[in-house]
Amino acid sequence: MTPIARQPLSLGGRDPLPYLVLPALMVLALAAMKFSAWLTLTVAGLAVGCMLFLAAIGLTLIFGLMDVLNFAHGGFVTLGAFIVAAVFAALPASGGGAAAALGVVALALAAAAVAGGGLGLVFERLLIRRVAGAPLRQILITVGGGIILQQMLIVLFGAEPLALPRPEALRGGFIIAGAAVERYRLMVCLLGLVVYAATHLALNRTRLGLLIRAAVENREMVEALGFRAERLFRLVFAAGTALAAIGGVVWALYAGMVTADLGADIIILIFIVVIIGGLGSVSGCFLASLLLGLANNYVGFLAPKLALGTDIALMLIVLLWRPRGLLPMDGA
Amino acid sequence: MRLLSQDRPGHWLLAILLAAILLALAGAPFLLPGTKALAVAARILIFIVLAASYDLLLGYTGIVSFAQTTFFGLGAYGVAIALTGGSGWLALILGAAAGIAVSVALALAMALLSLRVRAIFFSMITLALARFVQVLASEWRGLTGGEDGLTFSVPRLIAPGFHPFAAPILGLRITGPVIAYYLIFAVTLAAFLILLRIVNSPFGRVLQAIRENPFRAEALGYRTIVHRALASVLAAGFAALAGAMMAMQLRYTNPDTTLSFSLMIDILLMVVIGGMGTLYGAALGATVMVMAQYYLQPLLAALAAAAQGIVLLPALLDPERWLLWLGLIFVLVVTFFPAGIAGSLRARANAAARAPRT
Repeated sequence: MTPIARQPLSLGGRDPLPYLVLPALMVLALAAMKFSAWLTLTVAGLAVGCMLFLAAIGLTLIFGLMDVLNFAHGGFVTLGAFIVAAVFAALPASGGGAAAALGVVALALAAAAVAGGGLGLVFERLLIRRVAGAPLRQILITVGGGIILQQMLIVLFGAEPLALPRPEALRGGFIIAGAAVERYRLMVCLLGLVVYAATHLALNRTRLGLLIRAAVENREMVEALGFRAERLFRLVFAAGTALAAIGGVVWALYAGMVTADLGADIIILIFIVVIIGGLGSVSGCFLASLLLGLANNYVGFLAPKLALGTDIALMLIVLLWRPRGLLPMDGA
Repeated sequence: MRLLSQDRPGHWLLAILLAAILLALAGAPFLLPGTKALAVAARILIFIVLAASYDLLLGYTGIVSFAQTTFFGLGAYGVAIALTGGSGWLALILGAAAGIAVSVALALAMALLSLRVRAIFFSMITLALARFVQVLASEWRGLTGGEDGLTFSVPRLIAPGFHPFAAPILGLRITGPVIAYYLIFAVTLAAFLILLRIVNSPFGRVLQAIRENPFRAEALGYRTIVHRALASVLAAGFAALAGAMMAMQLRYTNPDTTLSFSLMIDILLMVVIGGMGTLYGAALGATVMVMAQYYLQPLLAALAAAAQGIVLLPALLDPERWLLWLGLIFVLVVTFFPAGIAGSLRARANAAARAPRT
């Protein structure tokens, strides 16, 4: 298993074809509809793509670096959704101005990251570590852990859906070139780009990222040099679950509602994203998220009846073309 | 022993438990009269086939699928759709055959598509597929009846209103459902023995070799993808057969009873608790789990009532939260008891056999 470490940082990778899929899809869609409709759908699709990326990046990171496929990932997404509901219930932000609203959202993101990361550490300690090196039991135990997490969230927050109105400052939008652009979607796009850039920089430009990549490459050597590889991996796991919770915040605010099934609904999309992108690949995850977001929007507009099968169809097409995903990691 | 394909239970306690289950199921309509007991016994039979088919995949081949309910559902919907449109044995058999055929084709396509890459892809793709089929069954009202599902009538011989004999036999009035029960019993017994034959054949040995070390199996010249794909096809076929029996027994089919994710968790638990990689374990696990489903929920309700007033405890013990307890049991079994009941008993018997006699 060779990790993200070997991925080239620049977008000009070895194989340019996968990067052309996204523009090709956009051009094809443009040919099939009016420009204003296309622009609206494209912006909305990119925003959904960024939300998918936020929810999926943690899963692909944990898999790429630790070789653990966390089937409880959806539970951490749900956790983030309930945290934002709790923060909004404690601090009603609808009255304040834009700054106050953004402050509350930032607070919710931070709280979700802390809760997701903290619980991730517990999860790693109690479950993941016990089944290291046994892939079958690893899948089973994360599935079981995910059920417990989801059910505990229902015990704590109730089974009824919680309404989560977005703050005034994040509602509505503006019109550019005949296309309606929602403010919240713009914010989500920005957040997605920031997280993407931060993940890349952290892995490729910091000492910590260097150590993590080194530990993936040769754990014994890193330990022989006096670093605790185990702590590094624990950190990776916590970062992945924290990102899942952040994804949950973003989805909950988008949906305007929180249910305990949020994670279970979305984990399917997340899996499709990481399969299309290539398991463990950060850039692949980003590319596949945008692809899925756009394809869903275009198909939903052009042929609503086919919308249900878009994700599966896209996955099948990509797998037939590139069985290992669009931007797979080396080796394996 | 020939009938069991030379695969002995391995431990006297396991043999006794299995014999007890077999006898109890064979005599269930006479031992425990009443429609509820009959329904529980039929459910145990059907889930023995379903869990055993899943064990072929999980326990013997070592790949995790989340689409076993999908094939179960396809079998059930095959029968349901055929009996909604037509009636009689021909419709029932054609519906079951169609469900099995579609399941086998789908499993083959999925296996060839995903197992080429990595076994873990298979897990993720089956999860996506299972969800997709569940949504499809709820949305495609014209064919599947949506969330409400389909209610239909079965051939007269196994319908509730059928009374072939005027007088009771051994104190039991023979009705259509009793005949249906024995039909299911016969099919289950046959299916279980066939599965036992499969896992103890050379093909089954190769599956276990792949589970233990895919690279070594490949190096020895076995085409792992072909074997894995065949295993998933066989598992899908038997699951669809179980689904067809479920539809025949319940006389209705809806997404919740055949396609839901919690059903998938049930199957996982049956195989893991019973013991992965021993078909006897799957049979034991199915029996334990179906019984627990019928008796655990009332137990939780009683405990919740007793715990009134204590912080959080009533919410934890709410019967609606039984999935929480199943999840907890599941994690504990996987962590501390990974061989399950049958596997642990066998390991103990093997250890005793190897110990030096004094």
